[in-house]
Amino acid sequence: MIPVFLKDIIKRLEEGIYPYVIILAHMVSGTALVYTSPRSNLAFLVLITSFFTLYYFKTDRRFKLIVGVVLTLFIFPVVGVRNIFYLEVIFQISVFAALALGLNIVVGFAGLLDLGYVAFYAVGAYLWAFFGSQQYYVLHFAPGTQPSNLPFLLPGDAFYLFMFAAILIAALTGILLGTPVLRLRGDYLAIVTLGFGEVIRVLANNLDKPLNFTNGPQGITPIQRPTMPQSVVEGFNALFGRIVGHQVTPADMYNVMFYLLALAVIIVIAFVTRRLDDSKIGRAWTAIREDETAAIAMGIPLVRMKLAAFAVGASFAGVMGVLLAGSRTFISPESFSFMQSIGVLSMVILGGSGSIPGVILGAATVTILNLQVLQGLSLYLSQLRQSDAVIPIINFAWANLSTQLDPAKYQRLLFGLILILMMIFRPEGLIPSQRRKRELASDKDGDKE
Amino acid sequence: MTKRLMVVFSLLVFAGILISGPAAAADKIIKIATQSPLSGDNSAVGVDIKRGAEMALEQMSAPLVKMGFKVELAPFDDQANPDTGVANAKRIVSDPAILAVVGHYNSGVQIPSSEVYHTSALANVSPANTNPKVTTRGYLEVNRIVGRDDVQGVVGADFADSHKIKSVFVVHDKTAYGQGIAEFFKKRAEEKGMKVLGFEGTEEKANFDSLLSPIIAGNPDLVYFGGMYGQAAVLFKQAREKGYMGMYLSDDGFDSTDAVKIGGQTLLDGTGTFYSTVSGPATIYPGTAKFITDFKAKYNAAPQPFAAQGFDCMGICLKAIETAAKAGGNKLPTREAVAKAIRALKDYPGITGTFTFNSIGDPTVAKYFVIKVVSADPSKWNDNPVVKTLDIAPPK
Amino acid sequence: MKRFFKSINIPELLRPLGQMVVFSLGTTVVLSVIVLVLSLILDRTVVGQTLTGRLNVSLYTYTLINLPQVAIDGLTIGFVYAAIALGYTMVYGVLEFINFAHSEIFAVGAFVGVEILIALDKFGILSGASLVMAYVYLILAIIGGMLVAGALAVSVERVAYRPLRHASRLVPLISAIGVSFLLQDVIRLVESLTTGQFNRIFPTFGNFDRRVILGKMAMGATNITLGVSIKSMIVILSAVLMLVALNYLVNATKIGKAIRAVAQDHPTASLMGIDVNRIISLTFLVGGMLGGAAGVLYALKFTRIDAFVGFFPGLKAFTAAVLGGIGNMTGALLGGIVLGMLETYAGSYMGVFTMGAAGTEYKDIFAFSILILVLIFRPQGLMGANVAQKA
Repeated sequence: MIPVFLKDIIKRLEEGIYPYVIILAHMVSGTALVYTSPRSNLAFLVLITSFFTLYYFKTDRRFKLIVGVVLTLFIFPVVGVRNIFYLEVIFQISVFAALALGLNIVVGFAGLLDLGYVAFYAVGAYLWAFFGSQQYYVLHFAPGTQPSNLPFLLPGDAFYLFMFAAILIAALTGILLGTPVLRLRGDYLAIVTLGFGEVIRVLANNLDKPLNFTNGPQGITPIQRPTMPQSVVEGFNALFGRIVGHQVTPADMYNVMFYLLALAVIIVIAFVTRRLDDSKIGRAWTAIREDETAAIAMGIPLVRMKLAAFAVGASFAGVMGVLLAGSRTFISPESFSFMQSIGVLSMVILGGSGSIPGVILGAATVTILNLQVLQGLSLYLSQLRQSDAVIPIINFAWANLSTQLDPAKYQRLLFGLILILMMIFRPEGLIPSQRRKRELASDKDGDKE
Repeated sequence: MTKRLMVVFSLLVFAGILISGPAAAADKIIKIATQSPLSGDNSAVGVDIKRGAEMALEQMSAPLVKMGFKVELAPFDDQANPDTGVANAKRIVSDPAILAVVGHYNSGVQIPSSEVYHTSALANVSPANTNPKVTTRGYLEVNRIVGRDDVQGVVGADFADSHKIKSVFVVHDKTAYGQGIAEFFKKRAEEKGMKVLGFEGTEEKANFDSLLSPIIAGNPDLVYFGGMYGQAAVLFKQAREKGYMGMYLSDDGFDSTDAVKIGGQTLLDGTGTFYSTVSGPATIYPGTAKFITDFKAKYNAAPQPFAAQGFDCMGICLKAIETAAKAGGNKLPTREAVAKAIRALKDYPGITGTFTFNSIGDPTVAKYFVIKVVSADPSKWNDNPVVKTLDIAPPK
Repeated sequence: MKRFFKSINIPELLRPLGQMVVFSLGTTVVLSVIVLVLSLILDRTVVGQTLTGRLNVSLYTYTLINLPQVAIDGLTIGFVYAAIALGYTMVYGVLEFINFAHSEIFAVGAFVGVEILIALDKFGILSGASLVMAYVYLILAIIGGMLVAGALAVSVERVAYRPLRHASRLVPLISAIGVSFLLQDVIRLVESLTTGQFNRIFPTFGNFDRRVILGKMAMGATNITLGVSIKSMIVILSAVLMLVALNYLVNATKIGKAIRAVAQDHPTASLMGIDVNRIISLTFLVGGMLGGAAGVLYALKFTRIDAFVGFFPGLKAFTAAVLGGIGNMTGALLGGIVLGMLETYAGSYMGVFTMGAAGTEYKDIFAFSILILVLIFRPQGLMGANVAQKA
């Protein structure tokens, strides 16, 4: 498939000092590009892909660690403060990467297809939304009719506490929902979890009476954030103020803070996932995924292991929910639709279920496609339409192109295509997990009908 | 090895796609963004908000063009999803050429997104967000040209009261918009001494049978629907088919020719169908007739609700940018100047009303109409007569 | 001619009819008794007093007088679910695979049917049509919807499922979810490019909207009429016809025998000289056609459709199929009727019984809870899975 000389070149590039040079060159050029043209999508993409160069080339681990830290802790925040859209994209990538990693435990490791995963995300979000806002005092008012001068129930700093509380509550919800249904076979389970996802959304939409817990479709706002010490803002300004080029405001710092929190959650999830994967539980999950009957025969407590997967996956979604509520200061049921569940699923599938770097790549790709590429193309088309440009050969004026063809409108089509094409051509994902790779190889030898 | 190459290759493809992203802005370019759901369940209305704004831009950007500016539309799809809305908002504020945003259909998306506009002083004029919270936060940047739920619901209830309605059944669509109006309708109706036989929300779009059982059993004088025509008209039709002969009343979400396409003759039977609206018919605003003709000519479809409001929002933005630019000596105005200019506009003559904003961005006096449906012919929708006109200031 | 009639297996033709009557009556009786008992219990409490205060009747009378209409409504929607559920169950019986995209195939059928009628309406044919012709046009639309939906189902199977037939169970399911999402946007794209419209509306013609009044009852100050609209009767009748025809096809013809053989065991069936791929395609064709017809009927009954119209009915129908025992055709019928009834009963009475705290908005939750309960306590469904096909 690939010409031999190219193979040779690549092989040479992977040895000696070349990887270090390539990684540094990629990172520096990305940073420089973003710095000089702070609104270009392309420049941003060059920067963000440097992460994957970093992942792909084999180098000294310490070098990798240092470059990774520099990228995530210094370059991304500074670049992001210069253009908060970048920071938002990075933040959403982190949020979705964390969600996808959580779902990956359920789908990728234990092989349980969960189509209602955002339900747990919603549980976390509404948990903090209720306690971190005035909603407690609104219990007896119909949505929209409450007075505006109500006190807050808890101080904003309780946010951190609730990040931990959400782990417990979401895990409990996972166990509660999982206990009755985890005996079911895979495809039934998928539909039941889909139902659960809808149930949670419908509850969020309807629990505004008899007592107003969720404020219904109006959503809960304002939700508090933890306090941002003035010293942090000043410190950031002192350190990076000149590079950023403008005075950093507390609002900017909040964006950075939530990004860093999401990053921390990702690191914890990745760590936990990796440890679990190599543990007894992880092996049990693999056994269950491959053959339930055989797993039972080997003495694996099926339901308990499945519950563990469900609970661990749910707890991560719960934490991210709290984070979302804090960063948005507004929560409404619209964020937790079936679409979102499918979106997260397509990230896992695209990247490679069971593979940590794969899932992160999947989350990044889908988020960038959705936020940058589709929207960017739509904007570009709309510019073309407003100009007098003509497609040369067929002599078709852009202005006549129907607005119905805007790529941004076809998010479902994108998700659908990802799911179908990946299943047909590359079911193991872009970056397959090592174990899955081996299994697929052996599948090919064994499983012939 | 091949896999690595594949990943690198696919990333290159993305990069290639992204090269076509928008180029850096020149000094003399002014962009006005729209944000509305262009995909998903709400896209019918969302697309037409954008189209209305697009038409306004084409028709009314001449003064700015004369001053040497290039005026462009930057349409965004918020997917009726708060996350996408916020991400778009951040993208919008990071483009210095964008001086104003027309937008949002869902209050649930507008509220978090406008927090972003607020942090960078970017003006937002909303064509459709009726939730009181949109303006009560008191941001300089946020304005709307439509009435508030807490007024429109009241208008409906007062109208019902003037028709000697004694009992009502209130239904809403479980959206921030529909439920908001319905809550205030219910509150006012109870104050006026009407008996509220039921208050139900439903996301159902087709099968209203089970909702109809209590309605038919209660046989109220009036059924009120807070929400959009797509559900309201189906509900009304099914209720008539089950023998309900009382009066129907809905809100401005009902204002669509499709309503009568769905409901047909059933809307005229019994005591008839009425809807309250903030957007007046052609007879009161001569601009509307021209708007509808132009719209049909351009897009080959009748405008959905809020298309005209999208048109007016864009008009207001253009006018304010022009004012701000003139005040600044024909230079590109700052965002703050534009936001202030919008707030300072006096009696802007739009096609859905004459607008002046109060200190929090509500129109000082919003006109409310109650319109009666008199013809089952969709082409005569715009000839439906106004039976009541009210001028109401927003509540304090 | 005589031989033809002789070849028809009359008992097999009639069997599903009998089952339908039993199921409908049984469900109605059971559910009615439940709500009546509930109403008697609640009558003395604050719930009954609230209702009496509002409408001047006791809760028991209110429940009783509304019952017949609720039962008829429940039955109608139940048959719609049953017709869609057949598509799921056919495919599941043969492939053990949830065709998640069936809901969009249903939607495509609805769109094709409605577009045919709108086109006829544009030429002025519909408005002047006599009653007989109105029915002819309706049948034409249904056939159009069936053909396109059937063809679509076959092509979807060919493109998106067949390459995955030997993969693990979840792989084709994920692909099917992908197809479902893809089709939603494709419908929208085609509709918005060709018509510029988002909603499509079933034109008004014929006498379908008329309501046949069966009786009148006085309740307090108001009169409750009991009736069925003609379109509801058409829906029920068509669903019954579809069920009977399908039952006959599967259980009394040679093709049906082949389908059953493939459902039991692919390799053995192919050893017996059955072209497995063809039979699977055929299964999708039949399932898709049933879905398409159900789509047009759905549009007739509920007037307005959009690109996302299939999702919820599809989910409910799947629930119905599981409820009855997926893979089992009689089960799909029973599941549809039970689910439709339950949902309508719950939606109609929950508001009154809970004093407005929880009303019709929880109707869908009710359906899902039923699904979960059935799966926990009787995962093989009410009728047992695949009894006929898998001994």
